[in-house]
Amino acid sequence: MQLIVNGRTTRVRDGLRLTDLVPDPRGVAVAVNGSVVRAADWSHTRLRDDDRVEVVTAHQGG
Amino acid sequence: MLAGEPLASRLWIGTGGLTSPESVRRVVEAAEPGLVTVSMRRTSDLAAGGLLATLRELGVRILPNTAGCLSAREAVLTAELAREALQTNWVKLEVIGDERSLLPDVVDLVAAAATLVDRGFTVLPYTTADPVVARRLVDVGCAAVMPLGSPIGSGRGIADPHAIAAIRAAVSVPVVLDAGIGTASEAALALELGCDAALVATAVTRAEDPVAMATAMRHGVLAGSLAAGAGRIPRREEPRASSPMHGRVTV
Repeated sequence: MQLIVNGRTTRVRDGLRLTDLVPDPRGVAVAVNGSVVRAADWSHTRLRDDDRVEVVTAHQGG
Repeated sequence: MLAGEPLASRLWIGTGGLTSPESVRRVVEAAEPGLVTVSMRRTSDLAAGGLLATLRELGVRILPNTAGCLSAREAVLTAELAREALQTNWVKLEVIGDERSLLPDVVDLVAAAATLVDRGFTVLPYTTADPVVARRLVDVGCAAVMPLGSPIGSGRGIADPHAIAAIRAAVSVPVVLDAGIGTASEAALALELGCDAALVATAVTRAEDPVAMATAMRHGVLAGSLAAGAGRIPRREEPRASSPMHGRVTV
């Protein structure tokens, strides 16, 4: 299946979980299809074909 | 004090424009800010890793912002991502009306603020220098208001000091001057006008010597705060001699 991770189309194996995609939750947050998924739920969140995943962290900014 | 919590300084620093963790460290050490702001960006776009590690090592409070958001919906999602990533309920809420003026879209701003307050956030909104909008933001539960002195990154200082003083008079929450400050005297003026703090980014990060300007800003904010409490003299039409006339030499 394919995911759109931070705007880029990426091919991954079917049934991939969020923890497989983002192993270390420290300082990052994830939204799938526009909704935040809390780190505690990553291990049982299986991604689906064409899911849009945003992975963000703190960056320099005013 | 902000939302019941003490802050170590009335100077807040924005990290935008600092290119390396080392420059962040040197500026923060010179400014000794009450908090520093960060934006939330995609991990793959990270130009300089380790910002968070550097800030945590320095022990400074981190305030995430929603910089770059062009709608209430984007700003609310960004705030929720920031809360999750940084484990803080505080957010500097920015909803920009357009990318040219960088002025706040106050309609979406008030809507986003109301949503975030409902969801348990401590909302610090970046807003126009308008006491009516400031009151609306406080009405929906914002913990402070952050009016602009002049447009972001313009360095034009406080374009309308009367408007900032009017906001101070209109609301009882902290007022933090945000955007437009170009040099230390303008940060001092913000505090003299009754602001509780001033947020400075570009003026420091893009100064020829950011560390020297950070130090100047620290002193500027301190001077303004002391002057605000010292009771300045009224402005007079006519001069008034400061030395006594009695006992002077006559020839």
